Amino acid sequence: MTDIADSSAAKTGTPAADNALRRKWAKLKRNKAAMLGGSLIIIYVLSALLAPVLVTGNPSGLNLMNSLEGPSFKDPLGTDELGRPILGRIIHGSRISLVIAVGVVFVGLVCGIPLGLISGYYGGKIDFIIQRATDAMLAFPGFLLALSLVAVLGVGIKNTVISIGISMIPLYIRLVRGCVLAIREEAYVEAARAVGTRDAKILLRHILPNVMVPITVQTSMSMGTAILFAAGLGFLGIGVQPPTPEWGAMLGSARSYLFHAPHVATFPGIAIFLAVLSFNLLGDGLRDALDPRFKL
Amino acid sequence: MLNYLVKRLLSTIPVLFGISLLLFFMLRLLPGDPAQVLAGQMATPQDIENIRRQLGLDRPIYEQYANYLSRLAHFDLGRSARTQNPVTEEIWARLPNTLLLAVVAISLACLFGIPAGIISAVRPYSWVDYLVTTSALFGMSMPVFWLGLMLVVLFSVILKWLPAGGTGSWQHVILPSFTLAAFVVAFIARMTRSTMLETLSQDYTTTARSKGLQERVVVIKHALKNAMIPIITVVGLQFGLLLGGAVLTETVFAWPGLGRLIVDSILARDYPVIQGTILIFGLLYIMVNLVVDLIYALVDPRIRYD
Amino acid sequence: MTAQTNPLLKISNLHIRFHTLDGVVQAVDGIDFDVYPGETLGLVGESGCGKSVTALSILQLLRCPPAEIDGNIVFEGQDLLELDREGIRKIRGNEISMIFQEPMTSLNPVLKIGEQIAEAGRLHKNMNRQQAWRWAVEMLRMVQIPGPGSRSRQYPHKFSGGMRQRAMIAMALSCNPRLILADEPTTALDVTIQAQIMTLMQRLKQEFKSAIVLITHDLGVIAEMASRVVVMYAGKVVEEAPVIALFKDPRHPYTRGLLGSIPVIGRKEQTGRLLQEISGMVPSPADMPRGCRFLPRCSHAMDKCHQDEPPRTRLAEHRRVSCWLETR
Repeated sequence: MTDIADSSAAKTGTPAADNALRRKWAKLKRNKAAMLGGSLIIIYVLSALLAPVLVTGNPSGLNLMNSLEGPSFKDPLGTDELGRPILGRIIHGSRISLVIAVGVVFVGLVCGIPLGLISGYYGGKIDFIIQRATDAMLAFPGFLLALSLVAVLGVGIKNTVISIGISMIPLYIRLVRGCVLAIREEAYVEAARAVGTRDAKILLRHILPNVMVPITVQTSMSMGTAILFAAGLGFLGIGVQPPTPEWGAMLGSARSYLFHAPHVATFPGIAIFLAVLSFNLLGDGLRDALDPRFKL
Repeated sequence: MLNYLVKRLLSTIPVLFGISLLLFFMLRLLPGDPAQVLAGQMATPQDIENIRRQLGLDRPIYEQYANYLSRLAHFDLGRSARTQNPVTEEIWARLPNTLLLAVVAISLACLFGIPAGIISAVRPYSWVDYLVTTSALFGMSMPVFWLGLMLVVLFSVILKWLPAGGTGSWQHVILPSFTLAAFVVAFIARMTRSTMLETLSQDYTTTARSKGLQERVVVIKHALKNAMIPIITVVGLQFGLLLGGAVLTETVFAWPGLGRLIVDSILARDYPVIQGTILIFGLLYIMVNLVVDLIYALVDPRIRYD
Repeated sequence: MTAQTNPLLKISNLHIRFHTLDGVVQAVDGIDFDVYPGETLGLVGESGCGKSVTALSILQLLRCPPAEIDGNIVFEGQDLLELDREGIRKIRGNEISMIFQEPMTSLNPVLKIGEQIAEAGRLHKNMNRQQAWRWAVEMLRMVQIPGPGSRSRQYPHKFSGGMRQRAMIAMALSCNPRLILADEPTTALDVTIQAQIMTLMQRLKQEFKSAIVLITHDLGVIAEMASRVVVMYAGKVVEEAPVIALFKDPRHPYTRGLLGSIPVIGRKEQTGRLLQEISGMVPSPADMPRGCRFLPRCSHAMDKCHQDEPPRTRLAEHRRVSCWLETR
């Protein structure tokens, strides 16, 4: 099988493409908000990775003598209703939420991309079926869909990841399909087909790299959404179960003490907020730098 | 236009089927005997048998589905395993509360979000623009339930101006609806901004300016009128998403709506209610989308006069 | 027009720069020309030579920043570039109006055609709603749109390309402007429609007695409609002449190249040559050559051309060239 010379800009290594990539990176760096988001994410990931090192002792260990203390030198963010230092729990919580976010996005990508590619590229009956299924799933607002899946699957961290992940799939399918439909008609794809290149190769070599741009942007946003959803489920008591220090669950249990120890509810919420904000900032910056067409 | 509407209506049918299928199988995916699940944990073996016969759960699967569909058509959603009341009753009691919150929230969001987006687009990169885009970004990143809790802390604990939960007076509506509106107003502001930026850079805007029209007229009569079309679509979509957010907000404020119903039912494993509520949410969302499509058809002359 | 008539529009020393992420781009680099009352002045050049940008700058339709405009554009005694927002608004659509290239996108899809024509009248001529609407219908009739009454109540998507352009013309003429800037008015249309539109414009010009600056790259349109021509290349004016003189005796190598590259049926038999071309490409605005800008593509290049920009040589009344060949 002869191979058409690949002129798509996504192929790195050729001078024109390298230049384009470098320019986009420079544009991203210029965006201070995106850089702030990026730095926050790095802090977040580091805290997740280094949690056992940063926090000595058991983050879920009880110390009822100390419960509901406000911020002090010993415990900069205070303690919760069972005497556990909040700062330590938040740091460990970053691990949990990062794992969930990555897992969710993984599920979404692994299922969404192939289905989107097939649906968009082949069209016809299989497209119809996949599209109707996607429509049915999208007939529910995202959180509600995740909620319903949890109702079926049960609580706990694994089910949280699966439920939220599944609720992300239709989004990725739509995104990928839209991209594929646009690219499918491009001349270089037609040329590759005319020469006899196998479908799989066309999909991987020509279409997939171009789909990467909106996917990257969407993934950044989805990480933020995943953290929000997981926290939401945790808050309601149907996500990650205590005593695991998940931020949403921490907020949920803090509710009862809202009136006389509001700090217990404040800090985990700030953690969620900062994590989601950082992904949104980065996602916005990515979109501006990579492809302003999809601006929202 | 009729053509368009008919097409839209028809396309909801497969979606409705899809939802009913999903819900139908949802029950059967659960571990254990569906009849027991439906009867609840308090049921006696006799109750379970009754339910099994009543709902024809010993029949072949396609017959079950047919029965299920016919029951749906008669608005029979079964009985709550927890309270033994008809599910429709439970839902009906709470639906208006959720709708109230959603309507107030979306109105607030449009009231603040759309003008903010317009001003932002007309003066891009000014301090107003930065303020709006930053606030919008913050609003979209905040967990709804945390915002609710913080507002309670501020307005109920510290300031003691507003009640922390429950219903009864218009003061009770304020905090929950503002909380619910926070995310949406951010989204709408951003959406308005980007749509306006796009319409303002279109050729017809230059044409309008070349006629000597005042900038105010160009922005509102020429640009905004075009931008409203996608904005309305987004507002409609957001209304649907509000229903999802309602779940969390209602929990925070102990608001007696559908959202709390579904959460309580999940915690109590009350499957008939879970199924019923999910179905209603789905229906609402579809209906909202249809209404949005209708408005879209009325507002866009390209569809209306075709 | 004689030397005694004062120009309607006098552009002097116009410079237009754009500040982009990649640096400053000089789109128009010191041009001047005049437009006299009632005449049709053709402004010719390839895409990117700065002709559209010049027209937009006359009505202050360029966003500044990123654009930066220097020079004078004097219209009936007023420098248009000095006017504030209110000032230029009174001129737009009223004394000077513009016709755009793309009729498909230049009309607002959610407003009725009649409304889009009537608004200018309401604004500038103080007509009330009914008067303005009646006038709009009258304008549609004048541009030969059949059934103007019902057409005026329709939306642009119901109009064909040619009809939309007619509507644009109606819009531009509605307040009886002294000057019309027509930016490639026929380029986006089918050839047969082009001919119709050109005939229409000629006729209306007689009736309304407005001057037209006709911007185009199509020499056929110029030959049909223009009385004088200004040729632009890479942001500069290279030649200016009455139309017949230009076609008969082009002086600048670029103009010669343009005229020579018009495909003519039967040329091969006559001259033994196939299509003639001007070799090379228009230099990028960010990368202008020193000296004469046409140098890299000129077959008559001399040493002097490398060093300095050629001066403007006045050959006759309303006839000038910027080329070193003329100074020999």
